[in-house]
Parts: sequence; C-alpha cells; structure tokens
Amino acid sequence: MGRHVVAPLADFPPGTRKLIDINGRKIVVFNIKGEFFALFNRCPHEGGPLVSGKLTGLVVSSEPGQYEYSREGEILRCPWHSWEFDIRTGKSWCDPSRVKIRSYNVSVEPGAKLVEGPYVAETFPVKVEDDYVIVEA
Amino acid sequence: MTDITAIDCDVHPNVPGMAALAPYLDEYWRETVENREILSLDSMSYPPRAPISGRADWRGKGGTAGASLDALRTHALDRWGTSIAICNPLYGVQIVFNADMAVAFTRALNDWVVKEWLDRDPRLRASIVIPLQDISAAVAEIERCASDPRFVQVLVLAMGEAPLGRRQFWPIYEAAQRHGLPIGIHAGSAYRHPVTTLGWPSYLLEEYVAQSTGFQAQTASMITEGVFVKFPRLKVVLIESGVTWVPGFLWRLSKFWRGVRFEVPWVDRSPAEIFRDHFRLTIQPFDGPEDPDATARLIDHLKSDDLLLYSSDYPHWQFDGDEVMPPFIPETLRRKIMIDNPLATYPRIAASLSATSAA
Repeated sequence: MGRHVVAPLADFPPGTRKLIDINGRKIVVFNIKGEFFALFNRCPHEGGPLVSGKLTGLVVSSEPGQYEYSREGEILRCPWHSWEFDIRTGKSWCDPSRVKIRSYNVSVEPGAKLVEGPYVAETFPVKVEDDYVIVEA
Repeated sequence: MTDITAIDCDVHPNVPGMAALAPYLDEYWRETVENREILSLDSMSYPPRAPISGRADWRGKGGTAGASLDALRTHALDRWGTSIAICNPLYGVQIVFNADMAVAFTRALNDWVVKEWLDRDPRLRASIVIPLQDISAAVAEIERCASDPRFVQVLVLAMGEAPLGRRQFWPIYEAAQRHGLPIGIHAGSAYRHPVTTLGWPSYLLEEYVAQSTGFQAQTASMITEGVFVKFPRLKVVLIESGVTWVPGFLWRLSKFWRGVRFEVPWVDRSPAEIFRDHFRLTIQPFDGPEDPDATARLIDHLKSDDLLLYSSDYPHWQFDGDEVMPPFIPETLRRKIMIDNPLATYPRIAASLSATSAA
C-alpha cells in the first residue's frame, strides 16, 4: 500500500475521470462535483472496464409507477451489463454484501507536504505551491 | 386437522355440455344457447378425445372423463384417500368474445360447480372462474362467490388477452387478496394470440409444451409490474405448469434484472426471492427425470420446500396407476407437499378445517 499522486488538482476538474495504473493495477478516479472517488477498474461481475461506465442517479420506488430519483451522478453503471454500483462504497445495488468493487481512499494534498514523501509521482514533477490528488492503493 | 392425509390441489370436473349449464342460465341466455344451438364450449386446449384430456381407464360412457362425481370419487378421492380436492373447471368460457355472454356462462359454470359438485361431497372445494373479458364483472363474480367459503381460489388461464401483471387486472388482485383467495393460473389459452410466440403450431404436442412459456411470461409480468409490491399478501398458484423449468427461468430472470432493475425500481429484491414468497406450483405434471439424484438436485435448485402442492390433475393423463406423487420425490418432502404447503397456500381450506375440528 502506497500513496500515489494521480494529478495536479487543477488538471482534474469536476465531471472528469482518470484511469491510473499502479504497478499493473488499473484504478479509475472520479471527480464528482469536487469530491473524489477511486475504484478498481474492473467490474466484479464479468470484468467490464468501469472507467467507461455511465454515472447516473439512484432510482428507487415505494410503489409501482412511482420513481424516486436522488443522488444524481453517484451511481456507476458498468458499461457491459449495466450493473449498478454506489460510487461512495463500491457496493453493488443488486447484491451489496457479496458483489462490490474495491474502493480506495482519495485525498487532496498540498505539494509542500508531498515533497517530503512517502509519495510517488510517476509522470510529472510536484510543485510545492500546487495541490494534488492522491490515491492510497 | 390431524386426520388430513392429502389435499389434491387440481382436479377437473368436466362440464358434459351446454345442456348441463342451461339450468343455471337466465331465460335470455338459456334461449340464446338453445336457438343458436351452442352445444358445447370445449376448448382446443383439451380436445375431449386427446389422450392428455382423459386417462383411458378413467373414461366413462361416451368416452368422456371426469364428467361425474361418482367417477371422481372412485378413481381419485376414495382411491387415494384424498381429504380435500380443489375443482378447477376448464370450460371454454374464457374464449367467448361477447363479454355479456362470457359473464353469463361464467356465472352458470360457478353455480353448476356448487350444486353438482360442492354440495354433494364435503371434501370438495373449487376455484372461482372469472370472465376476464370484463374486469369489473370479474371482480363482481369474485365478490358473489367469495361468500361461499368452499371457493378457495380465483382461476385464470395461462394465456389470455394481455399479460397478467398489467394494472388493468389489479382490481381482481385486490379482491382476491382481501378474501384470502390465491390466483390460480391454469394451463390453457383464451386463444387471443397464437399459443407460441412464433405463431400457430401444427400439433397438440407443441401447444401443450408451449404452455410452460406462457407460465414463464405471466410470472415475469406479475413480478416486474410490481403486483406483489402492491398486494404483498397475494399468492399465485401455477397449475399444471410443469415444475422443472422453474430454476433455469429464475436464474435468467434474476440475472437480467440486475442489469435493468432501474427500469422497474419497485422490484427491489431478486425476482427469484419474490417468486419463492408468492408463487406455488402443483406437482402434476412434474416434468422430471427418472433418476432420483437428478430429481433431488432439481428440487434443491428450487431453494425452498414450500413451493410444491400435491395434485393429481385428474382426469388428465399425467401418470399411470396410482403414482400421483412423482417418483423419487424425497420422503421428507411428501408431507409438506401433500398437507402443509396446501394449507399454507389456501387459508380458506385451513380455516374450514379448524372450524370442523373445533365443532
């Protein structure tokens, strides 16, 4: 387990996502309205690439014909079979206790702190004056 | 209730012809039947001479089977020690296009069952046949018959005009739930559509085998439309549906639900779970393999001991001799299938037996 710099915060605006590779492990990081979420990029069902999944809201119903829609953009649908996952927990909607995606902590850290380590920034220099998105994985 | 030995959830009293229903029709319809020479409403689901429609050794004079109470007693009730049997009359009232005629014929059919069968043997119960040609009339028929506690179920056919989950049918489910009546879906068609989704088949064999696809579509319809969210106490009994198609069908339905459940958000748990809570199946025909281990595995795949209900399907030819219980059903399940499951499914039967033992 290490802490990995994903990108400078300025390069990772809300509504975007990035696929990163940590020693062969593919992890998808989302910025949803300024909040960051990181999930293993592989659907536990058949292995679909979650980076291509659609972000939708949660729809539930108390009665046939009623559609209660909430949490817009926080439900990730796998691009292959549309199984739904909660972006906050990685748990599937259909079988939350058994079918879930590995999730990782994401934080935003100032560059000044990163320079001290134990951080890994593979592809770009870390500047003391900027903020960076960090994944623990 | 301790002396209950077997509850047969599917026997068929055969209407000998329209003349038998005539006394139960009002003047207008009696004259109509006579003037138009409507002699019979036999359905091509069960052609009277087809082997499936009557076992050879149960056919009486004229070749019809199941046409008399004496025959039912001799062949089935007495012979198999049946404590209670549910009569499911199959007569072509569902096929009639004139809704008023359908309502009149259906009322006559239910009254005929009361007078000719229920009143003459205390072991008998019956399903209320309803005219789906007119939903409000169907509800009225449930209300009319439900005051007689010997009616224990509402009967519809596996293939009708529209899928049974549709909201147009919900007043029927409301009435059924309120009266403690399960919805019995029996093999057969109202012939509004071809009996296969591909079009009309050539042979009776194809038609009979296709029934199980009708049951599957009805099951999917009732679950996905949310009938059991709206009517949480409603039970559905699939009668003469076959049994062994169920596990594969539920795997398929539940698997694809996971990918599109947001289309039907009221289906908030696996369809397989909903099925096990709300659906029951009669055991004839079982459509099982001869191998006991394979049968045990099949029953295992149902994942519940509560689903199966004892039935002979008399006088339909599903088995020879006295083998009502399909061979290789595990011994441990027999009592549940013959007594406990039917009692749990049909509250009106359970209530009548408690009342009898209390008296």
